[in-house]
Amino acid sequence: MKLLKCPINGTRPISEFVYGGTYREMPDHDVVTDSEWASYVHYRDNAPGLKKEWWYHGPSGTWFIAERNTLTDEVKDTYLFNKPVELESAK
Amino acid sequence: MPYKLLKFGFGREFNESRYFEDVQTPKKTYDVVIIGGGGHGLAAAYYLAKEHGITNVAVLERGYIGGGNTGRNTTIVRSNYLTPEGVKFYDASVKLFEDLSEELDLNMFYSTRGHYTLAHTDSAMRTMRWRAEVNKHVGVDSTVVGRDEIAKACPQMDLDCSGHAPIKGALYHNPGSVARHDAVAWGYARAAARMGVDIIQLTEVQDIDVRDGKVFGVKTSKGYISTGKVLSAVAGFTPRITKMVDIKTPITIHPLQACVTEPMKPWLDTIIVSGSLHVYVSQSSRGELVMGSSLDPYELHSTRSSFDFVEGLTSHIVDMFPFLSNVKVVRQWAGMADLTPDFAPIMGKTEIEGFYLDAGWGTWGFKATPISGKTMASTIANDKAHEFIHSFRLSRFEDYELTGEKGAASVGH
Repeated sequence: MKLLKCPINGTRPISEFVYGGTYREMPDHDVVTDSEWASYVHYRDNAPGLKKEWWYHGPSGTWFIAERNTLTDEVKDTYLFNKPVELESAK
Repeated sequence: MPYKLLKFGFGREFNESRYFEDVQTPKKTYDVVIIGGGGHGLAAAYYLAKEHGITNVAVLERGYIGGGNTGRNTTIVRSNYLTPEGVKFYDASVKLFEDLSEELDLNMFYSTRGHYTLAHTDSAMRTMRWRAEVNKHVGVDSTVVGRDEIAKACPQMDLDCSGHAPIKGALYHNPGSVARHDAVAWGYARAAARMGVDIIQLTEVQDIDVRDGKVFGVKTSKGYISTGKVLSAVAGFTPRITKMVDIKTPITIHPLQACVTEPMKPWLDTIIVSGSLHVYVSQSSRGELVMGSSLDPYELHSTRSSFDFVEGLTSHIVDMFPFLSNVKVVRQWAGMADLTPDFAPIMGKTEIEGFYLDAGWGTWGFKATPISGKTMASTIANDKAHEFIHSFRLSRFEDYELTGEKGAASVGH
């Protein structure tokens, strides 16, 4: 992989990007057990395949999601993370 | 021996026997099945046979022996780590390496060179002092040295690294060595095969038969093998094996690249490492410079190599050794490094009865080959983790008892 498509700035050389690790859902603090939390902190879905990952475009400061195959290094899609954040005060 | 060699040289027949019998079809049942015919798997087979009398053992290798990370590392053996557990473990390995040629009756070209880890900043010097003190405390020969001593040991080096990263000092580790890595795999394979271990190449494990939390066998490309004990010693393939038995680990796979230059006359007799410049370099007995760098920046299960790597590495090498600017790089390659968050291996028993793990060797596996084989053999034979590897157990992550081994790969972090 030598190029990556930033959802805002378009296709740029890979040297402009920083890998941010696999995307993981954080479990709910209030109901999570100790072993589930430890699993979230340490363990990874590490077998090769199509993964959702965090990537960062340095020059523009953009964090986004890339769907990449970690076996073949092919990027299927990149898009901005747009999951709504539920604030405690908004409830 | 010289007389035998002379006779051999003048002889007309060169009927040197094969290193080990090329077993094509596995037996139906084995006491222990080892997945992965690299240094670690073969060493475990050897010590199982030699020290525990368990010889009904199969080593399954999907390619050829020593063709994975055993044949892809930069062959450095050292024990100047940061944590007392790490230092003791790797020191035991260095001691086994020193006698390995004799023990396996094969020349490992084990060559003690001395190992300099360069410090370019005050904070790096502080870490070097820390490592030196931990090393001395457990009886390992490491000291902090200044610029004069480095200049004496390696007069070819530009101590200011072209002016932008002047060297302040170094951690000097006297037992630091290099060895011929293929011979380690071949030596263990031959010695294990002589005691009855089957080494079966071109055989891929497709699934592991686990019922009620216990191992019953493995499904391979050459049929089903029943066994009660399976050791996974597959480095970069670990996530694929742990997925078969549904065990979670914190391992991530990143390619680690290395390269060699064209051969030249001997000029570098020590091993030089720089964490700040992300390089390690030594000269092989063939005269090539063997050079490595830090890990590739993102997860990838592939052994492809990249131009970015040679470009980055050589620019740093030329900072240190400007006279190498006309030397050519002749080969480059990559291995899949199985990294753990605390830069220590994952070894021992797992929650599945009869499934043993020897993994998480990231960038530090080759130097541990003998001791990992020895301790894993003991763990499998007694079904109880060897005392040396207790702090490397998989459950340390859930227990939040990480080891904090920052001295692991000199340049990875």
